[in-house]
Amino acid sequence: MSTISFIHAYIGLPLFAFFASLLLKKRQESALSILSYSTAGLQLGLVLIYGFFWLKGGSNPTQFKELSVYSSENYEFFIDFLVDKLTLVFAFLGASLSFLITIYSRYYLHREEGYKRFFNTILFFNLGYTLIIFSGNMETLFIGWEILGVSSFLLIAFYRERLLPVKNALKVFSVYRIGDIGIILAMWLLHHLWHANVTFTEMNANVSMNHHLSNATGIGLLIAFLFYVSAAAKSAQLPFSSWLPRAMEGPTPSSAIFYGSMSVHIGAFLMLRTMHFWEQQVVFKIFLIAAGLLTALIASAISRVQSSIKSQIAYASIAQIGLIFVEIAFGWDNLALMHILGNAFLRTYQLLISPSIVSHKIREQLYQNSSPLELKDSYWQQTIRRLYILNLKEWNLDLLLYRSIWNPLKRIGRGWKILNFQYVFWVMAVVLIVGIVLRLNEAQFSAQLLHQLPFFFAFWGFLIAVKAFTERDSVRKSLTLIMFNHVSISLALSFNEHFDNAHHAWYLSGIVLSWAIGYLLLTRMRKTEWISLDNFYGHIYEYPKTGFVFLMVCLGLSGFPITPSFVGEDLIFSHIHLSQVGLAFFTAFSLVINGLATMRIYARVFLGPHIKTYHQIAKRSS
Amino acid sequence: MTEKQAIAHVLHVLEHYLPSQAPLKDFIHHNTLHAFQDLPFHQGLQAAQELFGYQTYAPLSFYRERYREGQISEPILDRVLGQKAQSGFKNDLINRTFDETTIPIVGSLRSNWKVQLGFDLDTRVHPILFRLVSSYLDQGISIWKFPIDGGDFLSAIRVLEQEGFSSLFNGKRARQLLLNPTLTLQDLLQILTGNQIYTEAYLLDQQFAHPGYSGMVLQVEKNPQALIQPRPISLEQLMFLECLLEIDALDQHFNQRWKTLHDFELATYTFDKHQLTTNEIFGIKAIWQEAYEWTFYDQVLAGLQYKAPFSDGQYQAQGIFCIDDRECSLRRHIEALHPSFATFGTPGHFNIEAYFQPEGASQRTKICPAPVKPTHLILEKSIGTKRNAELHFSAQTYGLVFGWILTHTYGFWSALKLALAIFKPSINKMTVASTQHMHKASQLSVWSEGQMTPDGLQIGFTIDEMTKIVSSLLKSIGLTSNFAPLVYMVAHGSSSSNNTHYAGYDCGACSGRPGSVNARAFAYMANHPTVRQQLRILGFDIAAHTQFVPVLHDTCRDEFSFYDLDQVPVSLIDQLAADRSFFKKALEANAVERSRRFITIGAQKSKAALHQQVKLRSVSLFEPRPELNHATNALCIVGRRSFSRDLFLDRRAFLNSYDFSQDPEGLSLEGILNAVAPVCGGINLEYYFSRVDNHQLGAGTKLPHNVMGLLGVANGIDGDLRTGLPSQMIEVHDPYRLLVVVEQVPQVVSAAIQRNPSTYEWFNREWIRLVAFDPAEKAFFVWQNGGFSPYEVQQLGLPKVSDILTSLAGSSANFPVVELQNQAS
Repeated sequence: MSTISFIHAYIGLPLFAFFASLLLKKRQESALSILSYSTAGLQLGLVLIYGFFWLKGGSNPTQFKELSVYSSENYEFFIDFLVDKLTLVFAFLGASLSFLITIYSRYYLHREEGYKRFFNTILFFNLGYTLIIFSGNMETLFIGWEILGVSSFLLIAFYRERLLPVKNALKVFSVYRIGDIGIILAMWLLHHLWHANVTFTEMNANVSMNHHLSNATGIGLLIAFLFYVSAAAKSAQLPFSSWLPRAMEGPTPSSAIFYGSMSVHIGAFLMLRTMHFWEQQVVFKIFLIAAGLLTALIASAISRVQSSIKSQIAYASIAQIGLIFVEIAFGWDNLALMHILGNAFLRTYQLLISPSIVSHKIREQLYQNSSPLELKDSYWQQTIRRLYILNLKEWNLDLLLYRSIWNPLKRIGRGWKILNFQYVFWVMAVVLIVGIVLRLNEAQFSAQLLHQLPFFFAFWGFLIAVKAFTERDSVRKSLTLIMFNHVSISLALSFNEHFDNAHHAWYLSGIVLSWAIGYLLLTRMRKTEWISLDNFYGHIYEYPKTGFVFLMVCLGLSGFPITPSFVGEDLIFSHIHLSQVGLAFFTAFSLVINGLATMRIYARVFLGPHIKTYHQIAKRSS
Repeated sequence: MTEKQAIAHVLHVLEHYLPSQAPLKDFIHHNTLHAFQDLPFHQGLQAAQELFGYQTYAPLSFYRERYREGQISEPILDRVLGQKAQSGFKNDLINRTFDETTIPIVGSLRSNWKVQLGFDLDTRVHPILFRLVSSYLDQGISIWKFPIDGGDFLSAIRVLEQEGFSSLFNGKRARQLLLNPTLTLQDLLQILTGNQIYTEAYLLDQQFAHPGYSGMVLQVEKNPQALIQPRPISLEQLMFLECLLEIDALDQHFNQRWKTLHDFELATYTFDKHQLTTNEIFGIKAIWQEAYEWTFYDQVLAGLQYKAPFSDGQYQAQGIFCIDDRECSLRRHIEALHPSFATFGTPGHFNIEAYFQPEGASQRTKICPAPVKPTHLILEKSIGTKRNAELHFSAQTYGLVFGWILTHTYGFWSALKLALAIFKPSINKMTVASTQHMHKASQLSVWSEGQMTPDGLQIGFTIDEMTKIVSSLLKSIGLTSNFAPLVYMVAHGSSSSNNTHYAGYDCGACSGRPGSVNARAFAYMANHPTVRQQLRILGFDIAAHTQFVPVLHDTCRDEFSFYDLDQVPVSLIDQLAADRSFFKKALEANAVERSRRFITIGAQKSKAALHQQVKLRSVSLFEPRPELNHATNALCIVGRRSFSRDLFLDRRAFLNSYDFSQDPEGLSLEGILNAVAPVCGGINLEYYFSRVDNHQLGAGTKLPHNVMGLLGVANGIDGDLRTGLPSQMIEVHDPYRLLVVVEQVPQVVSAAIQRNPSTYEWFNREWIRLVAFDPAEKAFFVWQNGGFSPYEVQQLGLPKVSDILTSLAGSSANFPVVELQNQAS
């Protein structure tokens, strides 16, 4: 089996199965589940067979360029794949667990409302995971990364008629998006370091490393930290840990496989994949060891006070992943890989059998008179006691994210209330006209001013994004602001370099189209329904189809890889200069907030307890 | 009313209305809306819906769909409508669009406040509140136990707050309030509400925002021994802490400046279940519900009407089964296969009211109906068996260093175990087997040697007590003569894996335990020579060679376990062996009948293969429906077996044997109905309400459930505890009230139910429907509006079926009542 055909088959399977599963009917339980487990089963067979010959054939990594999506003279966006030991271990992990869990779920989810949705999402997730582990460059990895984020959102919000799953899905999605800043900025920096979109093989090769980084060690360090931010978010390391237990809202097998194993170890994958890039950076390695150890200690302490079985397992898993990060920092990649496999299998199984703990422990207690642990005697026990509340409150990690990120954003967004819906168009029109006038008459302005303009418009775009994100009332206004945010970014960068207008077209085409469809859908719904952003409305109960289309709209609007805008985003970034850190940061941050704002609209309008109470409605606390 | 009185009043109200579900280890069915039981059924449903926003009926579309499909019959509907049948009202009923929107009263006050404040207090307070309560009550999940100093909940919290490195609160005020020992709940409410007129409504709203935890705290407060590890707590303490957390959250969010309810001049409400609106939707649904129920009841009564009683002759064997609806079909199959086997039904604790303590156990478990307070104890004496712990549940896997080693090693073992569990399910440590309740080879201390436990329980029973237990049971089921050589005492229990609600699958009459101890104890008593002598004096003609044999029926696996076979005399060994082969066939037939409901099994298999598939469900980790439990229960028939024997009731009926001719005063009947009403009525209404509102009165789907402190389940980690039944248990259930049909003269029945006020309430308020069949006149009388009135059966005759298993094959829907032909009789 050639490597290329192996990769094509391995990635093609979930891709095909995902689209096929969309076409199946809701009640075709058998077909849906067979499709899913045979996909994973074939993947497992493929990776075993290929792995065998790969080991025999000398275990050499293979990298190749699959497809060039867009190219111009000094820019190329291409899909690239890489197969090596890391890929194969993660492929084995993903395929074997997916295979077992999909068979498990075939029976477990029988008759469940949303059976189809579940298997659609699992296949989508499989696709994202596969793309990540086979990716040969950051762009390809980022596509998978985005798919993983969205499918996680959908799995956590699987019970969409209840409030908590929807809120927690948004929460986890937000943490993932913050992590995305790391990847977006790292991509931008790498692009500038190599003056091209670089592959992992090139990036990790020592020779080119030294050549590029000899003059820029600061940037190398920054990139390493950006990788950590992304990896820490996905692997629930400090300070992001509190999302993992909250992700356990879906059916137990999905929690087991995704948050017990596949999804949560992807951060470790990123660190392993970029290992050679940062292994010379002693400062970063010390940081990584410290962060891993700290996570391990704190998460393990939190795990010990949990009175719910799933959160206990979640924190225990985080602690082990902390140790895995330490192992990676020391360069013990084989040990780390063993650890990842063992941890993933153990936690998956523990989560699956978690309901049994009741009968097991009750029986155990019936026969052993276990007295509650007295926490008084030794110094150690007194310390545990003193830390008890802190552990129960999960070291205030949730609060920390709230206070450091969301509250400031809310203050920024709600600080200026003048922007009524009627004015939005006018204000934007003025800004746009000013922008275009400036752009056309550039020659008459000083270089100083022209240098500031991109930042000004990007910052304006950022403000608009925050406004959209914190809007509490009009859905259409929020949606429109999101679209204008992209326009502002596009405008900002047009001052930066005079590049092909086709780049703007790539970027804005998908955005504007998505916005227009979304706007129409909302306008139509408003005729019969009350919609607003002040609450969760749960309209999916009556509008499942509209809801689905609107989800696509939201994905399009946030630059998800279903429209050309995804490539456009990357293109746009390539025009930000290395010196324009502020511009890069606000642009990246805008994109992140944009993504949050769109999912927030979808969640508030369509998900949560239905606002109409003529049928069974879940309690908000349930 | 002073503030203090107001709080006492609220506590009293909450005590009634909060869910009264015990911790998971003791699952006991009860009427979910027991607090409304003093109202007539339909009024109670309306009151519950208007006060709490529960859906108490099925949606209108449910009834209309059934009407269109003929499952609600036109003539019955007309009869329920009475004079209105000819008016335009009937057209409204069938066609008009009604607004079914429900806006609950409880919750409205705080929800107005929330809107005014623009701040959702609950989402801020609930997570930390739930975590504190569940950590405190935790029975064995957390590895570092919640530090408790012999005090109660609040004092434990105070100590933590004082000693801890970090505060529970964000601001200083709440901390100071907590540490101020003279502060009362009234003071906190004054801070929050600003005026004591809000006290009642505020606390009701607050507690009903999380009925699961409030209900659990109340259960533990009222019944501290429900927990193996004691945790002193009270609902008032919970409210106290919640108010503190609320003050803290408000202080933090609004920077100390926020407005109370009084500042906003909000309108409050008074809680009164007697104050109903005139919303016509309730009348409409009540009519539909009655028509829906009577369409079904009428079929059953049509079947019961024309039965010619066959004479009770001499049988080769008899079996006394539990009243449980799951035994209904098994008894039918045994009778069909074994021409000379008579079956009886009675509550499955077999009149044994006791605690049971297994060998080596530190705790006792109750093995009789939940309301009974036993004064006896049965001890298990056996060769001690070592029980291995499962490493996957051990604290070590969560540790840092040991966890590191384990993940590298044991982690791969997990993968193997997972693969085995999926491809080759077999009995494992996750299985709760019905036979685990008691060691098969053990001895039971049934006979009392006069020993007492330190806390005043008598170990075993005296001869007189035993005689009374045996005689009153046999008398109540009408088995006083014609004893067969072998009498099987068939108790039941259930096996399942990975099931948090396992206790709800066992025998309800044994407080959610398998009935094996009861069957053995009863057989011991009935076989005891001295007891036999006394029974003979009392007029029970039991032949000396008659042997009572204890059996445990596993309702999930459809298997029998026999006990004390060494006691069976040699002369009966052959017959025993023959009976066992009949049982085997009957159990197989029963499993085949049940398998039609499990669509994932597929019907095209041999009987033995189907039985094997059914058995696998009990050991499969991935099977959320090991069995369907009491789903579809709708009937309770109190009468001789001949009264209902040839009817196919699709496992819907609780069957209690009763011979009217031996009980002219209705004394036995009184005892039977005193048990039937709370046990069967409780099961039936819990299924009813979990079915019509699975979100609020049921536990929702069990797939995302997370075990909290071994006490209950919640969704995710921040959710409230879920009470009621999960959707997997009720999805095939038809929301019918229980119909009790008694074969006895109406006057005797009427007198029997009125002797016990709480039993009377069930029937008189129509939470259970009651029909008496006058054996002499062969006429039905239905209890309505406080008395019996004649009932005319609408349907003439029933369809006849000769081979029921063939007729059922391939259908998973609820099957109508049919008459069985070619039954051995």
